[in-house]
Amino acid sequence: MTAAGHKRNGRSFARVAMVAVAMFGFGYLLVPLYDVFCEITGLNGKTGRIDEAAVVARYEPDVSRVITVQFVANNNVGMPWEFGPSVASLEVHPGQIYATSFTARNPTGHNMVAQAVPSVAPNKASRYFNKTECFCFNQQPLAAGESKDMPLRFIVDPKLPRDVRTLTLAYTIFDVTQQVAVN
Amino acid sequence: MSTATATHDEHHDHGPAKGLMRWVTTTNHKDIGTLYLLFALVMFFIGGAMAMVIRAELFQPGLQLVDPQFFNSMTTVHALVMIFGAVMPAFTGLANWLIPMMIGAPDMALPRMNNFSFWILPFAFSLLLSTFFMNGGGPAGGWTLYPPLSLQMGDGFPFLIFAIHLAGISSIMGSINIVVTILNMRAPGMTLMKMPLFVWTWLITAYLLIATMPVLAGAVTMLLTDKFAGTSFFSAAGGGDPVMFQHIFWFFGHPEVYILILPAFGIVSAIVPTFARKPLFGYSSMVYATASIAFLSFIVWAHHMFTVGMPVVGELFFMYATMMIAVPTGVKVFNWVSTMWKGSMTFETPMLFAVGFIIMFTIGGFSGLMLAIAPADFQYHDTYFVVAHFHYVLVTGAVYSIMAAAYYWLPKWTGNMYDEKLGKMHFWISTVSVNVLFFPQHFLGLAGMPRRIPDYSVQFTDWNVISSIGGFVFGASQLMFAYVVIKTIRGGEKATSQVWEGAHGLEWTLPSPPPYHSFTEAPEVK
Repeated sequence: MTAAGHKRNGRSFARVAMVAVAMFGFGYLLVPLYDVFCEITGLNGKTGRIDEAAVVARYEPDVSRVITVQFVANNNVGMPWEFGPSVASLEVHPGQIYATSFTARNPTGHNMVAQAVPSVAPNKASRYFNKTECFCFNQQPLAAGESKDMPLRFIVDPKLPRDVRTLTLAYTIFDVTQQVAVN
Repeated sequence: MSTATATHDEHHDHGPAKGLMRWVTTTNHKDIGTLYLLFALVMFFIGGAMAMVIRAELFQPGLQLVDPQFFNSMTTVHALVMIFGAVMPAFTGLANWLIPMMIGAPDMALPRMNNFSFWILPFAFSLLLSTFFMNGGGPAGGWTLYPPLSLQMGDGFPFLIFAIHLAGISSIMGSINIVVTILNMRAPGMTLMKMPLFVWTWLITAYLLIATMPVLAGAVTMLLTDKFAGTSFFSAAGGGDPVMFQHIFWFFGHPEVYILILPAFGIVSAIVPTFARKPLFGYSSMVYATASIAFLSFIVWAHHMFTVGMPVVGELFFMYATMMIAVPTGVKVFNWVSTMWKGSMTFETPMLFAVGFIIMFTIGGFSGLMLAIAPADFQYHDTYFVVAHFHYVLVTGAVYSIMAAAYYWLPKWTGNMYDEKLGKMHFWISTVSVNVLFFPQHFLGLAGMPRRIPDYSVQFTDWNVISSIGGFVFGASQLMFAYVVIKTIRGGEKATSQVWEGAHGLEWTLPSPPPYHSFTEAPEVK
């Protein structure tokens, strides 16, 4: 092949290889994109965190509507804690703040740290479910044998679609003792 | 005078080197094509042996031959080996052999890289297969590597990930080479719209590979750091999301499906006109259909995950987008049929495989349309119906096209005709057995038999027995293929340059076998 041909192939190689490198970056870019997409659409059941003072001023309680909020607790595989809601469900009015709690007990013989991850069903309601205080905002340490009442305060946005009458708030609790130890 | 002799000599000392090192150091597109094809054949038998284990275990209900963990690693590695080790390298091998000859180029554009991209592969698959001998065994969480299950693999996990990295690097380099070759090395007069369809489909496939393999590399790197570096891309406890892996994976995975079939379209578009003795019907519509399929492949990925909990709008979008792919695919099928229409057809082995491809790939396409219906998919999801569907498009689709290509171009490559009688026998035994193997799996799936499980309820026994018998016959009949190939390489009736009466294209103007360096002077393209 001629020298000019080599040069041309080299240039084409560089151009196409750049596409490959860019697509590797794009793979990683999908991670924040996914989060943004889920936040906008409320997919995934991820719930909002909101400042209580701001919320009370903004929302007008709507006593004409009653929404049933159910509480569900799950343990991730291999997570030995006893974990559950203190009440199974609450009847709430949109726009009003409610408080409840989940209880957790570490039955093992060693100190552990847990992280609870919330999810709201139906998905389309998750954007309207806001927590002002939640044990899921932080990692929860429990000493061996210790138990704890973990508070939760929430408010349902009055703009919640009319057809939603029941919300399910599910927590899955994960053992993060090792990750905490590593970091 | 002396100058003339010098140039003359230069043309002559370019024959293949002698001995084993010829194959290690070769930068010749024909040698590398041969290496790819032989590698693919070996992998086809390794992956096939795993399929035989699967069918033997499923021959009757209950657990008899292997333990469930090993069974799961069989399904997982069977898929990885067949996709990344057999079908993709076979297509790359065909591309290496054929593209330079079809476009009138002396060789691939980047021959040194070509050598490198092949020789990575044996290492990649040694890494993958070595995991079977490690603590915890081979990967058993399915070829899709969904976390958190895939992260529970034993010591072999990093080997699996690096194997995928290597295979990915190999196919990205191979694709870059193909793109550069097609764009820069065409003979004068070989405009884009004069290129054979095999070249066109490979150009588009190469772009798909360049766009998606890096995304897969990223996804498996995230798995690796999740397991060993404390990141939480897919771990809910750390704020990640396992469903996100499925999105990233299938963003790669769906275009990958077309990577496995577009070159097959090119092969069939070469073979059907030859044996129908008519030019291909609707050449330009074939090109545009291929490009449309490639584009659509990027916006349909979530049809693999209808059941994860998507909003209805999402289900509808992915359902309609998926069904839209049937339009350009239908254009192709009708073009092939129209090419055959009123042609002077003969049915030599390549044509048999090509016609078999058209019929059975279409069956697989129809079951794909059924799966695209989101509400129905909730029933079909993760059942044997899915297994039946993708084996129709991949075995009687992709693999059949590779067989067709092997029979079609083998006389060109070796200079010897293959044994037509054995070839036809291979086709008929394969075609009967492959349908006995996979067609009953539709029924099993609709009746609710889940995939990737070593045991099943007794009511599924009969169809499983039939399917397994089909499987054993199909597996055994491939030994015949290996025999025919070896026999043809060793000798046989000499082939002419054109080989087939109706064959057209630059590769048929070269002698059979073609010289080690072909088209050192650009041919004239009319």
